[in-house]
Amino acid sequence: MCKECGCGLGGGDVKIGGHSHDHGHDHHHEHEHSRGGKTLSLNLSLLEKNARLAERNRGFFRAKNLLVLNVVSSPGSGKTTFIRETAAKLAGRLRVGVIVGDLATDNDAARLRTAGIPVVQITTGTVCHLDAEMVSKAAAQLDLDKFDVLVIENVGNLVCPADYDLGEDLRVVLLSVTEGEDKPLKYPPMFHSAHVAVVTKSDMAVAAGFNRELALRNLERISHHARIFELSAKTGDGMKAWLDFLVQQRAA
Amino acid sequence: MHEVSIMEDAVRMAVEAAKSAGASRVLALRLRVGALSGAAPEALRFAFDVVCRDTIAEGASLEMVSVPAAGWCPVCRAEFECADFINECPRCHNPNGELRRGRELEIASVEIN
Repeated sequence: MCKECGCGLGGGDVKIGGHSHDHGHDHHHEHEHSRGGKTLSLNLSLLEKNARLAERNRGFFRAKNLLVLNVVSSPGSGKTTFIRETAAKLAGRLRVGVIVGDLATDNDAARLRTAGIPVVQITTGTVCHLDAEMVSKAAAQLDLDKFDVLVIENVGNLVCPADYDLGEDLRVVLLSVTEGEDKPLKYPPMFHSAHVAVVTKSDMAVAAGFNRELALRNLERISHHARIFELSAKTGDGMKAWLDFLVQQRAA
Repeated sequence: MHEVSIMEDAVRMAVEAAKSAGASRVLALRLRVGALSGAAPEALRFAFDVVCRDTIAEGASLEMVSVPAAGWCPVCRAEFECADFINECPRCHNPNGELRRGRELEIASVEIN
């Protein structure tokens, strides 16, 4: 018996006073055991609605034979420049369409459009992340048959987007050399969930006093499943490895 | 994080489950909240009172069960306790442990009437 509340200790659901009570938890919570109601087991993720829509997106994108990237980072890590240069340098190999999320303004979309990249803007208002439903609606505005790669530029935020699957194949997290080497340690859920980690603005590493070894060590600790790239979208340094990786992923 | 929208979904799911079972009240919600879920229990509780208003869950009680984080070491083929996202095995120090539990954000059950 559990000493705190008297219910049966051990695995599985234990029915007490009409409601189930499973164990492996502490008993500091207060609750009544005799509300007289009936207990329904649900066991559903609270992000279930988004997860379901994300899976629907994933199936749809797969049917369209698209490689889908969800690009996340803090504000100002260079997502837009990175995406613009990726699209430009893939020209002739892969065709790229972009969905851009921001709280306000379509400045990023305009920057991509000016570069001749097909783009749809999602303005989220107060919402700090994109979700699968927003992506589904935005994707409907693009002629997906014209693309091989769909890049989703998420809202600049290292917290909330971590919890929202959009139906992407690869989650790509950026870490710019100006941000500090400990970003992965400060925002572990995001870095942990990434399939790819890209160190950006490498051309500024010396000026920023960037400690490359420390940053890579931190990335490897948190994003230990991720492929790591180091590049400068501005100078093109290191871009080749990243682009070849995309071509190979698209073919896989 | 986004505790209000998480709670909105929790209450919506509870209300839907109650209605489809022919119940008229939700008396209690039980959630499983992983230690590394990123959701703050106090913020969830605060949001709960707000989002229950004017629903059949108004006045319901909220129970939150914390799920400790656990990693899996593929070398030792055993689980280990972890406090964060650094999934290093404490036995063999292999850094490539796999997070098995601790990210849960689930509605376990509802009590209805």
